[in-house]
Parts: sequence; C-alpha cells; structure tokens
Amino acid sequence: MARRTLPGFGLTMGYTLVYLSLIVLIPLAALAVKTAEMSWGELWKLATSARALASYKITFGASLIAATINAVFGTLLAWALVRYRFWGRGIVDAIVDIPFALPTAVSGLALMTVLAPHGLIGQFLSPLGIKAVFSPLGITLALVFIGLPFVVRTVQPVLEELEPEIEEAAAVLGASRAQTLWRVIFPPLVPAMLTGFALAFARAIGEYGSVVFIAGNKQFETEITPLLIMSRLEEYDYAGATALALVMLLVSFVMLLAINGLGAWSRRRAGHV
Amino acid sequence: MILERAIPRAATTEPLWVRRIVIGFGLVFVGLFVVVPLGTVVIAALSHGISAYGRAISDPQALRALKLTLLVAVIAVPFNVVFGVAAAWAIARFKFRGRALLITLIDLPLAVSPVIAGLVFVLLFGAHGVLGPWLSAHGVKVIFALPGIVLATTFVTFPFVARELIPLMEAQGHEEEEAALVLGASPWQMFTRVTLPKIKWGLLYGVVLCTARAMGEFGAVSVVSGNIRGRTSTLPLHVEILYNEYEYQAAFAVASLLVIIGIASLIARRVIARRRKEAT
Repeated sequence: MARRTLPGFGLTMGYTLVYLSLIVLIPLAALAVKTAEMSWGELWKLATSARALASYKITFGASLIAATINAVFGTLLAWALVRYRFWGRGIVDAIVDIPFALPTAVSGLALMTVLAPHGLIGQFLSPLGIKAVFSPLGITLALVFIGLPFVVRTVQPVLEELEPEIEEAAAVLGASRAQTLWRVIFPPLVPAMLTGFALAFARAIGEYGSVVFIAGNKQFETEITPLLIMSRLEEYDYAGATALALVMLLVSFVMLLAINGLGAWSRRRAGHV
Repeated sequence: MILERAIPRAATTEPLWVRRIVIGFGLVFVGLFVVVPLGTVVIAALSHGISAYGRAISDPQALRALKLTLLVAVIAVPFNVVFGVAAAWAIARFKFRGRALLITLIDLPLAVSPVIAGLVFVLLFGAHGVLGPWLSAHGVKVIFALPGIVLATTFVTFPFVARELIPLMEAQGHEEEEAALVLGASPWQMFTRVTLPKIKWGLLYGVVLCTARAMGEFGAVSVVSGNIRGRTSTLPLHVEILYNEYEYQAAFAVASLLVIIGIASLIARRVIARRRKEAT
C-alpha cells in the first residue's frame, strides 16, 4: 500500500485514537478502576450472590433459547426470501429489519401489549394456561424479536452467493433433493448460521429496553442481569453494579472473539465452495 | 440448454408443498412477531380518537422530550461522523501494526450492554465516581444532565459510521486520490472533490443508522438521565414514564412517534442502498 503518497495519516490516526480513548476506552477503564478498589473475595461475593446467579440463569438461558429459535427460523426465512418468489416478498424482506430499526422501548411496549392476557395474541394463550408476560417465556419472546434480523441478514448473503451449478451437478450425479440440501447446501451455511446465532445471543444478553416492560422484574424469577445492574445503581451500590458488569463484559468479550473467529471461518468456507 | 433439460426440476428445488410451508412459516413468524405488535402500537395510540392523539403528542412534556431527543442526536451524530471518516481514512488507506486490534476496539460498544454503557459514565462522573467530587466542586453536572445523555448516546452509536466506511473505502482503493494529488490537488481538495463523492452513499447510510439509534436509545440513557420528568427524559424515556403512570394511550401516542422515526430510517436505508448499487 502507498504509505507516503497519501496524506493525512498522522492527523486521522491521532484523532481516531484520541476520540476512541475519550468516548470508549477511558469510560470502560473506570470499570477497571472501580474493580481495583475491591478485593478478589469481595468481587467474587458480589458477582456470585444468589440474586446475581438467578439473574445469570434467566439472562443466559433465555438468550440461548431465543438465539436457537432465531437460528432455525431465521435460516428458514432467509431461504424463503432468497429462493422463492411469492407475493409480499419485498415487504417481508424490509420488515425483517424493523426489530433493529425500532427503539427497544417501543418494542418492549408493543410486545407487552400484544402478549398481555387481553392482548391480541395473549387472549389465546391465557386460556391455555400459558403466561406470556411477567414470565421467562415473555423474556424469551422479546429476545426472539430483537434477534430476528441478525440470523436472517448473515445467512441471506451466503445463500445468494451459492452457485446453482453445484446443486445441478449434485442432481445430475444422482443426488436426491434431500441429499443435496443436507450435503451440498447446508455445510457452507453452517458458519453463517453460527455467526448469526452468536450475534443474536450477544445482543440478547445485554438487552434491556425490550425486556423490562414484559419481564415483570421479579427477583429470582424474571430479573435479568442488566436490570439487576440498574437496581444496584439505584441503591448507589456501585461495587455491586461493577461486579455484575464485569461478568457481562467478560461474556461479551468472549462472544466478540467467537464472532470474529466464525467470520474468518465463514469466509474460508465460502472461498472453498 | 441441453444440460438444463437433463436436470429434473424436482432435483434442484423443493416440492410445492414444502415451498408453501416454508413461505407460510416465514410469513407467520414475521407477522406474529413484527407486524402484529407494531399494528397494536398504532391502534392503541389512536384508541381515544385523533384529537386525543394530537393532545398526547403536543403535550408540553412530550414536546420537551422530543426537543431533548433531537438536541442529543444533533450533538452526538456529527461527532461520530467526523470520527467515522477519520478512522476509515486511517484504517482503509494505510497499513500499520495493531490495525486489527483497532477495528475490534471500534466495534467494542456494539458488544457492550447499553446498561453497562450508561454505568461506566456513572462510575466516571457520578457523585461517587472517579471524577465526581472534582466536577461537583466546580459546579459541573454530567450525570442526570444533558452532558451525560450525550456521552452515553455517543458511546452506543460510536461504531456505526466507521463500520460502514471502512469496508467501503477498502474496496474502493486509492488510485483516484493519488491521481488527484499528482495533478496538483491539495489534500483538502482531494478529500472534498474525490474521496467525499466516492463515499457519500455509504456515509449517508451510516448517518441514518447512527441518527436512528441515537434518537431511540433507551438503556444507556435511562442509566445516566435520572429520568427527571420534562428535564432529562428523552422520547423513549418519556414513553416509559407515561406507561408506568398508567397513561397508556399517551404512552402509545409518543411511542408512535418513535415508530415513525424507526420506519423512516428503514425506508431511508433502503433508498440509499439502492442508489448506492446504481452508482457502482
């Protein structure tokens, strides 16, 4: 690359680093400073209190289920959008982005209203004894909603780039459609599906706005970790909030690494096909 | 042609009933999860009639929340746009050590929970925070005030423009910029006459994403704002306040404003993406 012919490296790089530090790195360092004020024992106690453990279980459990549902249905939806021509396809394709474009508070409010016992969908669920609000189910449904675009939008471009010749070759060589789907089409989709799953999961564990309305926020039952951080802050328990945030950041960081790794794997796979 | 006829159609696509089921699944999934909830917001907002809707969105506190939301976006977005362009220039046009790390750090705010994004600013500037005592001694209020809201919003919208521009500028290459320089353009002329026109659609796309998120951010702003009614509540926070006060129709009316902003951003993104495709 041209290192000397183009101007502005010093200026833009300097600005990038200063701005990055001011807005992102120094604020995040405040978390480290706060952590350093605590002993290991104290930190461990705060991060593993019964209420914290219950919140992890709900947050990670619901996120895992929601991301799995998204991985399956998101892939099916991406398949329908890429492969089939049907009435309303363009609109459905645009609608997929709505959970991403909508402010989370609005999503939470809307889901709450629809799923409440007298709501449009809730009225059919409550006679069956299904509690879709103020329950772990409600949290999971909210997380399915906000995670929907991630899987669709990572699988879609991979599907679009699959060459039809390969499927034709498989068919000519005598493969049944099911065999072609399983052996030829599915393998290159796996990394994209996993990336979408990881993105949806990462988003879900940190999600706050769309969940608080529907969760009911009962301690030990429907209290997600971000909400517990919020309550700790309201009690001016900064140490408690910091310990929880640290656990979440750690998980987020692992997810970020996983997503980057999956991305590299996905590109390699796509390159081979 | 011969080959095409040789392949039975059944072998390269699914039977009609499978196609119908998959399409049906997709439509039901999207319908139940997206269309029905959105429709409900609009219906509930209008449930007490058009004039009640008008009253709810022209309520002085709703208007103040709208003003604050716009003000926050007007401050936060330009900062992130300038940063995005600078970062993309440095990263896409030059090779240096730690480039991959820098890209990961820029993406970091996307991986952080909005609540944690708010928390770090409370830890830094709050009454018991690192800089809190010094700030209050000098009479500067950051948390529970406008600066805190702007900072939290800037944090959560930080990567949007940079993420759009880095891959775009990498793909475009830098021959035209070099030509401009060889022909005697100053660096500024090169930027405004060559680079900017080349990246304008990508830049605009990033600005739309950034603005929509800035106006709709809830978690991070909720942590730093203290929710002082009419003073530090943005539109999404105002929705929550109204909802918690059982002012449902008003809550939905204000929420419908946010729906309009969200859908407008979606349409803008689609239009820009199409223009961009046509331009290349």
